Amino acid sequence: MTKNKSVEAVIELTDLEFSYNDRIVLRDVNLRIGQLDSTCIIGPNGGGKSTLIKLMLGLLQPDRGTVRLLGDNPAKTRSQVGYVPQSTKYDPLFPVTALDVALMGRLGSRPGRYTAADYDAARAALADLDLEAYMHASFAELSGGQQQRVLIARALVSAVKLLIMDEPTANIDAQAEHSFMELLRELNERMAVILVTHDLGFTSRFFQSVVCVNNWVHIHPTSEITGEIIQDMYGADFQMVRHDHRCAAGGHTHV
Amino acid sequence: MSEFIAALTSNQLPFLRYAFLVGILASISFGIVGSYVVVRRITYIAGAIAHCVLGGIGAALYLQKTHNLPWLDPLYGALVAALMAALIIGMVSIHAKQREDTVIGALWAVGMAVGLLFIAKTPGYSDPMSYLFGNILLVTQEDLWMVAILDLVIVTLVWFLYHNFLAVCFDEEYARIRGLQTSFYYLLLLTMTALTVVLLVRVVGIVMVVALLTLPAAIAGQFVNRLGHMMVLASFLCMGFVASGLAVSYKLDLPSGPIIIVLAGAVYLLVIAGRRLRCFSRRPLRN
Repeated sequence: MTKNKSVEAVIELTDLEFSYNDRIVLRDVNLRIGQLDSTCIIGPNGGGKSTLIKLMLGLLQPDRGTVRLLGDNPAKTRSQVGYVPQSTKYDPLFPVTALDVALMGRLGSRPGRYTAADYDAARAALADLDLEAYMHASFAELSGGQQQRVLIARALVSAVKLLIMDEPTANIDAQAEHSFMELLRELNERMAVILVTHDLGFTSRFFQSVVCVNNWVHIHPTSEITGEIIQDMYGADFQMVRHDHRCAAGGHTHV
Repeated sequence: MSEFIAALTSNQLPFLRYAFLVGILASISFGIVGSYVVVRRITYIAGAIAHCVLGGIGAALYLQKTHNLPWLDPLYGALVAALMAALIIGMVSIHAKQREDTVIGALWAVGMAVGLLFIAKTPGYSDPMSYLFGNILLVTQEDLWMVAILDLVIVTLVWFLYHNFLAVCFDEEYARIRGLQTSFYYLLLLTMTALTVVLLVRVVGIVMVVALLTLPAAIAGQFVNRLGHMMVLASFLCMGFVASGLAVSYKLDLPSGPIIIVLAGAVYLLVIAGRRLRCFSRRPLRN
């Protein structure tokens, strides 16, 4: 592999295999995501979506194969990635404010207290997401959509080339979802965006390609997502809601 | 109340004054570390560490008597045991993904068992009850220094690493992505818990000390929305419980440890009940 090529890809997974307690969760995964790509990861629960994300970030080690994140070992490069976990995982009683959470995006391997520059960056990120009024509000008392935006602000404080989001639409209403799409579009001009979702209606409106994960991993341009592919992945009883497809550039890149 | 103040200032009951001052000073560490224990939800682990302390106390008493080591205060044994327990339990909790609670429960009991065996083999009479349930007669002037030094260590560490600890407690996975050595912070947190627990073992006892670590922080958590504020409020609450508990126990001639814990528990229940009642009386509109 030439150096040049590895710089171009934000994520490169080669012949990846991962099993959990002898159960194979992912096998033969080959996936390449380029700079400024917008990629949506879909698949049934237990299919390995979250595992795939954790492998990308080096939080799990593959049994076989290699992971390159921003051209290097994920443990070295993951601090440059903006990561937005599911907001439902947080302890609803935890005493932190929105600003406290956003500041965590400025943490580094060097221990110690935040600097004035850290505070400025966190405040600016919150302001960008229209959260100025909620800076000192308790994180736990914010609405689902607001919590989501705080987590995005935290991710953007450190995101340089890549933003990874896990089920960001699970907890927000239709109007918030609309402005969320606008935000994604804007961010995608600067960085690659990877989003995990179970919400299929979401996929075609924005994303160039769709990665289907169900123990195996296939990548499709969004325009090619058909009933059969969905059925193949989720099983026969899946109800499709028809929506307009927006064709994407870059043909079929079945991997 | 005035009798209690008179007793504190008189020189007839120096142990009462020492216990009072130890309690007030230790409350600083208790509020800080207790807040971390509550938000990180490791009360069970703190309990295991506290109970393992008896192993160290027993070993120190035994060595003191059989090997003629008068300087070997049981407090040193307690410190060593607590630190060992924190590291072992910490490693178990990091590496044993399954059955973590079983292993920790076993360490909890084995630590106590070892202590009781040592005490049984120690010549002369040592009463394990004093260590299990606290006995302010055991508090000495040296303890005051010990508490002051440990307070200083914990306040300094937490001042410097406050945000790192906060991030690890709030979202360990994200902290790891940001480059923090989360296992290191976790073990350091357990080490601080171990040191703190030892401070008040003589005042409230091994069995009850964890309640004094967690109840003030849990009460404080009902009123504040930042971890730092929780620590400050919890420290003051802890001071209040120790001071009023000692006063009541002096007045009624009852053991101080149980009184302090009952007071803290009662306030906690009242606060929770009060919150519930307020929620019922003005139920929010659905939005």
